[in-house]
Amino acid sequence: MIKHKKNFKLKHYINYIGIGFVTILFSILSLTGNASISLQFLLEKIAISIILAVSLGLVVGFLGELSLGHAGFMCIGAYIGGKVSAMLEASLGCGISNLLISLIVGGIAAGICGVIIGLPALRLRGDYLAIVTLAFGEIVKTIFINTSAESFGGATGLSTPRYNREFLFIYAFIIVLIMLFIVQNLIRSKHGRAITAIRDSEIASRATGINVTRYKLLVFALSAFFAGIAGVLFSFSNYRVQCTKFDYNYSIEILVMVVLGGMGNITGGIISSSLITLLQVKLATLLSGNLAVLQNVLYALILVLIVIYNNAPRLKGFREKYSIKVLFNKIFKKKADPATVRDDEAKWDRVPTKINVDDLLSMDLVVTESVAKPDKGGEHNE
Amino acid sequence: MIDIINTFINGLSLGGIYAMIALGYTMVYGIAKMLNFAHGDIIMVGGYTLFVAIGLFGNPILAIVVAIILCGVLGVLMEKLAYKPLRGASPLAVLITAIGVSYLLQSLSQIIFGAGTKYVNMPNWGSITLGSLRIQVYTLVTLIASVVIMVALSVFIKYSKTGRAMIAVSEDRAASELMGINVNTIITITFLIGAMLAAVASTFYLLKAPSISPTFGSMPGIKAFTAAVIGGIGSIPGAMIGGILLGVIEVFTNSIPAIAPYTDAIEFTILIIILLVRPTGLLGKKRREKV
Repeated sequence: MIKHKKNFKLKHYINYIGIGFVTILFSILSLTGNASISLQFLLEKIAISIILAVSLGLVVGFLGELSLGHAGFMCIGAYIGGKVSAMLEASLGCGISNLLISLIVGGIAAGICGVIIGLPALRLRGDYLAIVTLAFGEIVKTIFINTSAESFGGATGLSTPRYNREFLFIYAFIIVLIMLFIVQNLIRSKHGRAITAIRDSEIASRATGINVTRYKLLVFALSAFFAGIAGVLFSFSNYRVQCTKFDYNYSIEILVMVVLGGMGNITGGIISSSLITLLQVKLATLLSGNLAVLQNVLYALILVLIVIYNNAPRLKGFREKYSIKVLFNKIFKKKADPATVRDDEAKWDRVPTKINVDDLLSMDLVVTESVAKPDKGGEHNE
Repeated sequence: MIDIINTFINGLSLGGIYAMIALGYTMVYGIAKMLNFAHGDIIMVGGYTLFVAIGLFGNPILAIVVAIILCGVLGVLMEKLAYKPLRGASPLAVLITAIGVSYLLQSLSQIIFGAGTKYVNMPNWGSITLGSLRIQVYTLVTLIASVVIMVALSVFIKYSKTGRAMIAVSEDRAASELMGINVNTIITITFLIGAMLAAVASTFYLLKAPSISPTFGSMPGIKAFTAAVIGGIGSIPGAMIGGILLGVIEVFTNSIPAIAPYTDAIEFTILIIILLVRPTGLLGKKRREKV
């Protein structure tokens, strides 16, 4: 009988626990009137960044395609969702039903564009796809900037209904939780493994019968959908949408969050996006004028150094000795067990193969001998 | 009719500028197999160098030479410090590093020169009249200079030893290494040429519109990148054709008031359509993937 042991692993739930804790803590603070408006605004920003980083991480970290137009999807969500909400304001007011409808509509509009952008992804290789996504972001920006004042506000932007600040960030964090639930379960399912297989080798996964077309479109659509939702939240958080915000640099900023968090690492993405957003808001109040750019210099330097550190072929030996994971294992675990190294992030290449040729040969010998002379088998095994 | 000819000449001259920048992208891609996203920012550094050098020396020719040398040095430094450690790493990692370098250059220039636009004191040559055709002198100079540079570059690549080594490295890096070509030197030379071309392009761009800001390079950079991709990235004649095509399209759409605001969107849509029909661009080689 094979027993299916349900093993509870903390790291599978750490994201829910962390976000849930933050949500409950600040909800209590906010509902008892102890949270300032700037704190609520900061929390909204953090939630939006988390949604953006995790959704872009789906494309970059798990599917292995570079998208430079994430802000474009966000822009679509922000405009469409903001517009729908403004139209519904007269009949539904600024309640949760209005919020839900506009979020879903904005998300779906962005998701459809995600499918449209995913279509060229089927034919193009990485670098070409990067330029197509970049071009898409610029096209979206140009189209919205040229709209009339009545429709989407053109260059001055679209003003959106004002939701209650005390609740907006709570909704935003609940959306983060829902998104995490969807994304984590997708990645840990057989579909998720198919997606990471496509990243590791498209040809091999095609040969094993994985429907590459379907999975690529699925990931692009899902990623764009969540970016759209983040856009709608952004429009409510700022009371106004202006397409100049959603430029190429914003896409890069999201990419930095994903890269800093670690490719294909959801927890890392959450931590890095929260920290970067927090740092941005704090630095923006500390530094002013041209000094404010200093943080961009820091980002750029950190980005370059981390990518070189993580990927340089020459630093491989150094990385294996001193990476955080190894140090962690040294302190908390006596021995790195191969079963724990082989985690759901599909880093199959890191699995230490513990097959020794000599052992294999002697084992063969033991088996034949133990069949012939059962009494000597035990000695050989030792 | 005269208007159309005039627009066409303007388009050719803008196309020449794009082609020169696109050459930098395409050569680096062909030889180092990476997209140098920071190429657009070399244009910006070239522009600021001109701004400072013209202020210091007053002589535009000397300033241009200084800008070309400085950009060349910057290109080589960029390659040595940021890209060389990543040789052999995944293309995504290299691409993200290039984006990081681009971001770094933009932010540094914003700290040094401020976010506002600066006016560069470029020489004004006026215009000449041929019959009823009135052409700005800088347009002609740009056109002639870009044609000369492109011909010279083609001759250099086709007939010189270094140029042939470049072709060999782009065809098969491992095999050319076995034939005794120093691949590292060739890659450095490629970056040097690309960066110098970017400095020249920056000069012509400033002759057209003499104002500069930290994001000065990003739009021409993205446009030239688009041009290189349209022509088939990695192909040198492709970059020239793509650049000129894009320049002509841009000037023509800009001359029609109804669609002028959508110029960028139209150009990028053309890019997406071309890539959907021909995934490797107009002149790009189709490579069969091997397992």
